[in-house]
Amino acid sequence: MKENLVLIGNGMAGMRTIEELLKLAPEKYSITVFGEEPYGNYNRIMLSPVLANEKTIDEIMLNDEQWYADNGIRLEKGKKVVEINRARREVIAEDGTVAPYDRLIIATGSHSFMLPLPGADKYGVIGFRDIADVDLMIEAAQQYKKAVVIGGGLLGLEAANGLMKQGMDVTVVHLLDTLMERQLDKPAAKMLQQSLEERGMKFLMDHATEEILGDDRVTGLRFTNGDEIEADLVVMAVGIKPNIELAQKSGLHCERGIVVNDTMQTFDPRIWAVGECVQHRGVTYGLVAPLFEQAKVAANHLAEFGIARYEGTVTSTKLKVTGIELFSAGDFHGDDTTEDLLFHDVAGGIYKKLVIRDNRIIGAVLYGDTIDGTWYFQLMRDGTDISDFRSTVLFGQAHLGDAGHGDETRVASMPDDAEICGCNGVCKGDIVKAITEKKLFTLEEVRAHTKASASCGSCTGLVESLLAHTLGGDYSEAPSKKPLCGCTDHSHDEVREAIRKHGLKSQEEIRDMLEWKTPDGCAACRTALNYYLLCEYPGYDDPESRFINERAHGNIQKDGSYSVVPRMFGGLCTPQELRAIADVAEKYDVKEMKVTGGQRIDMFGVKKEDLPAMWKDLSEAGFVSGHAYGKAMRTCKTCVGKTWCRMGTQDSTRLGVRLEELTWGSWMPHKFKLAVSGCPRNCAEATIKDFGVVCVDSGYEIHIGGNGGIKVRVTDFLTKVETEEEVLEWCGAFCQLYREDAHYLERTAPWVERVGLQKIKDILEDEKQRKALHERFLISQKPAQIDPWKAYAEGERKDHHFEPIKLKVS
Amino acid sequence: MSDWLEITTLDQIPVLGSRVVETDTMNIAIFRGRDDTVYAVKDACPHQNGPLSQGIMHGHSVTCPLHNWKIDLTTGEALGPDEGCTNVFETKVENGTVFLRIPA
Ligand code: SRM
Ligand SMILES: Cc1cc2nc3c(=O)[nH]c(=O)nc-3n(C[C@H](O)[C@H](O)[C@H](O)COP(=O)(O)OP(=O)(O)OC[C@H]3O[C@@H](n4cnc5c(N)ncnc54)[C@H](O)[C@@H]3O)c2cc1C
Ligand code: SF4
Ligand code: FES
Repeated sequence: MKENLVLIGNGMAGMRTIEELLKLAPEKYSITVFGEEPYGNYNRIMLSPVLANEKTIDEIMLNDEQWYADNGIRLEKGKKVVEINRARREVIAEDGTVAPYDRLIIATGSHSFMLPLPGADKYGVIGFRDIADVDLMIEAAQQYKKAVVIGGGLLGLEAANGLMKQGMDVTVVHLLDTLMERQLDKPAAKMLQQSLEERGMKFLMDHATEEILGDDRVTGLRFTNGDEIEADLVVMAVGIKPNIELAQKSGLHCERGIVVNDTMQTFDPRIWAVGECVQHRGVTYGLVAPLFEQAKVAANHLAEFGIARYEGTVTSTKLKVTGIELFSAGDFHGDDTTEDLLFHDVAGGIYKKLVIRDNRIIGAVLYGDTIDGTWYFQLMRDGTDISDFRSTVLFGQAHLGDAGHGDETRVASMPDDAEICGCNGVCKGDIVKAITEKKLFTLEEVRAHTKASASCGSCTGLVESLLAHTLGGDYSEAPSKKPLCGCTDHSHDEVREAIRKHGLKSQEEIRDMLEWKTPDGCAACRTALNYYLLCEYPGYDDPESRFINERAHGNIQKDGSYSVVPRMFGGLCTPQELRAIADVAEKYDVKEMKVTGGQRIDMFGVKKEDLPAMWKDLSEAGFVSGHAYGKAMRTCKTCVGKTWCRMGTQDSTRLGVRLEELTWGSWMPHKFKLAVSGCPRNCAEATIKDFGVVCVDSGYEIHIGGNGGIKVRVTDFLTKVETEEEVLEWCGAFCQLYREDAHYLERTAPWVERVGLQKIKDILEDEKQRKALHERFLISQKPAQIDPWKAYAEGERKDHHFEPIKLKVS
Repeated sequence: MSDWLEITTLDQIPVLGSRVVETDTMNIAIFRGRDDTVYAVKDACPHQNGPLSQGIMHGHSVTCPLHNWKIDLTTGEALGPDEGCTNVFETKVENGTVFLRIPA
C-alpha cells in the first residue's frame, strides 16, 4: 500500500516539491493536490509579462491537467481547503471533499496585502497576485481609462507598466520619495523613475492614501494632504501576507508565517510547509529562488533520504519591465564598516554600485547594464576575496578575459542563428525554443536537453544569460551550495571534509556515510571520489572509476583507437630517442605523427591491443608515459635559455627538466601544465600556465593560475626567489595545496579565482606550511611516479585488459 | 535461436568494468555489475558509435566515453533526454563461466 501524500496549494513552491519528489521517489506516494485556483499550476512570476501583452496564459502554464493525469496525481482544482483535522489526518475542502493523508505539505503561498482604508472594498480595487487579478485588469482596461497603482515597489511597477501597455493612463502612488527602496539606493531609484516617466508613467511620490472614493465602483483617491485623484481601477501592491489562517486554525505553530525547521517540517512531524507561507529562522521569503531550494529539501525528506537542510537564501531581484535593466542583491546600503565601489555614467544611463566589506562583496545595485549581475551575485555568495581584481571588478567579468566572447555576452541582441555552443553546434534559437517549449529552468536541464554548455563549458555564462533573459524572471538558479553531481546533495567540499573527518577509506564508505542516492554513483562522482581518495591516501586507486584515458593510459580517439605520447622531459630529446620513437611508429603501424603543442611527439591511431607491446618498446628505450590523457601533470614547456640564447638569464631548460622530474606522474584535480622561460620575453609562454617560471637576472619569478585553452587567463605573480632549489620547493608546495584544496575538474585558474590569490599566498609564504606541503607532495609522488607501462610489462599490474575476447560465430 | 556460447570466466571481467568480445560481424561489450550480473550490448553507442566497453559503468548503465551519453544495459536504450538504442544480448553465468547468446 502506498502512503497518501496531500498537497494544499497548487502553486510554485508546492508543485516544485512534488516534481522534485517524483524525481527521487516516483512510486512512493499516492498524491492528491488541492488548489483553490481552477487550473493546473502556472508560473506566477510571468503574470507581469502576461499583463504587458508579452506572453499568453498558455505560455506560462507549467503543468497542465494532462500532466497530473500522466503522473497519476489526483488534482482537486478549484477547491479551497478549509480544515486540517490532524487527529484523523485528513483535509477537508470547502465543497466537502475529504482526503486522508499520511503526510501533508502546506504551500498556500500568500495574498496581496490590502490596506485597511475606508472604501477599500469597492469594486475595482484589487491586488496583483493571480490570473483572476490579471483578467480583471485587462477587462477594466477595455472599458476605463485611469488606473492608480498604490505602491512603488517591484510588483507595483510591473503592474503599472502592464496597465500602461494595456492602454491605460497610470499613476503610481508611493509613500516614500524613492521607488523600490527595498531593492535600490537613491541614485538608481532616481534613474529608474526618470526612464519610467519618459515612457509615460506618472508618479505621486511622498503621498499617503487616506480614502478610496466612489459608490459601488471606485472613482478616485484622497490623500492625507487633501489632494484627490481620479481612478477607475486601483491596484494595491503594498506587500504580501503569508496565508497562514488554515495552519493557524489547525493548531500549527505560526508567527508571521508557518514556523518550520531546517528540514522544512512544521511542529507537527507529519506536516511539511514550503513557500511564501513559511517562516524559516525568522525570515519569510517573497521570491522563487529560495522557495525552490526549500522544495528540494522538503522533497528529500519526504523521499526519506533525510540528508538535506535548508539554511536560508541570499536573494537578488530584477525588474521585469522590458527595456529596463535593473538588478539588486544583498545589503546595498552599507554602513560604517563598508566601502562602496561606484560607477555612474549619467549620459549613458548606467549606474553600478558594489558594497564591499573586508574585500568581499556584500551587496550590489546595477542599473542600465546588468549583464554582470549573476557574476557579482556568485562572488557575493561564495564570499570571494576580490582584492586581486578590485580595480577592474566594476567593468565586469568580460574584463577578466572571456576568450573572445566579450560583447557577445549581450545575448539579448543576438540573432537566433548565432551559435552559442561551439562544441555541439547549438544556436541561440534552439536554446530559447527548448527553454520555452520544454519549460526548462536550470542550467542542468538546458545541458541535458540541448547539449549546449555540456562539453567544454566555455559558453556556460552565455547559456545562463539566455536562461535569465528567456525566463524573464528572477530565476537565480545557481543554488548557494552546488551538489557534486545528481547522486548526492553534498558539495565537493563537504565530501572532502567527510573523508578527512571520518577517515573514510573507500568509495563505498563515502556513499554509505553520506547517503548517496545511487548504489555505484555515476561517471561524474566516481571519478571525483577516486581522486579525493587517492589524494588523501597516496597509493589508493580504483581503475574502474577512472575515465578510459586514464585506465588505458592513452587518449581515446573518435574511432576507438588510441594515441600515444611519450614524455620528453622539458622538451629535450636525443637522436637515439628520436630513432626509438621512429622505430616504434613503424613497427606498430602508427597512422600519423605530430609535434604537439606541449613540446613532444604524438602518435595517432594505435589499436588498443597494441598498446602494451608498444609501450614496452618505448619503456626499454627509456621513455615513460607523458600522461597526455590524464587529469594529471602534463608537460613542462621550456625555452632554450642561457646555454644558447643571447638573451637568456638562467638555465631555463635544466630547470624545466628538474621541475618535470619533480612533478611527473602526479594525479591532480585537473590537468596541470608548467613552463620555464629564460627571460621576460617569455618564449615558453609561462604566464598562461598553471605554474610558470620567468627567469630574470636576479633569480626566478614564480607565476600561478594561468590557463590557455578555453578561457585565457594570465597568471598571477606569486613570488620571486633566488635559487632553483627554492623554485622546486614552491612548486611542490603549490601543487600539493592545489591537490588538497581544489574541486575535482577545477583547473588552477578557476580555483585561484574562487579561493582568492591572497589565501594561497598567505599559506605558501609561511615557511612551515610551505615545507609541510612540499613534504606531503613528495610522499604522494612515491607511488605515483611509477610508469604504468613498465608495471604492465613486468607483470606487476594486471588490472586492465587490453586484449579483446575473440569469438568465432559461424 | 542459436546456442549459448561460452565466453570467459567471471573473474576475467572487473567488477563495474567490462571486456570486449570480438565476433566476425561486430564487437560486443560485456559488463559485470556489482552483484555479478553480466550484461552484453553491441559495442557501439547509438550516438556516434562510441565504444561503450570503454565507458564507466554504474548500476545497470554505462556512460559512453566519447560524449557522455548514458545507456541502459538491460534495454540498450539511451537514458534521459537522449534518444537511441543499441542491441542487447542474452547472458548467463554458470559456475563462474559466462555465456552469451547471439541470435542467428
Ligand atoms: C595533442 C594536443 C594538440 C596538439 O596536437 O598539439 C592536445 C590534444 C587534446 N587536447 Fe589539448 N592538446 C594539446 C595541447 C594543449 C594546449 C597547449 C599547451 O599545453 O601548451 C592547450 C592550452 C593550454 C592550457 O591547457 O592552458 C590545450 C588545451 C586543451 C583544453 C582546454 C583546457 C582549459 O582548461 O581551458 C582541453 C579540454 C579539457 O581539458 O577539458 C584540451 C583537450 C584535449 C584533448 C585531450 C581532447 C579530449 O578531451 O579528448 C585532445 C586529445 C587529442 C587526441 O585525441 O589525442 N586541450 N591543449 C596537445 C598535447 C600537448 C601534450 O604534449 O600533452
Ligand atoms: C505579478 C508577480 C510577479 C512576480 N515576480 C517575481 C519575480 O520576478 N521573481 C521572483 O522570484 N518572484 C516573483 N514573484 C513572487 C513569486 O511568484 C512567489 O514568490 C511564488 O509564486 C510563491 O510560491 P508559493 O507556492 O509559495 O505561492 P503561490 O505560487 O501563490 O501558490 C499558492 C497556491 O496555493 C493556493 N491556495 C492558498 N490557500 C489554499 C487553500 N486553503 N486551499 C487550496 N489552495 C490554496 C493558492 O490559490 C495558490 O495557487 C512575483 C509574484 C507576482 C504575483
Ligand atoms: S586537439 Fe584540442 S583543439 Fe584540436 S580538436 Fe581536439 S580538443 Fe579541439
Ligand atoms: S558516441 Fe557515445 S556519446 Fe557520442
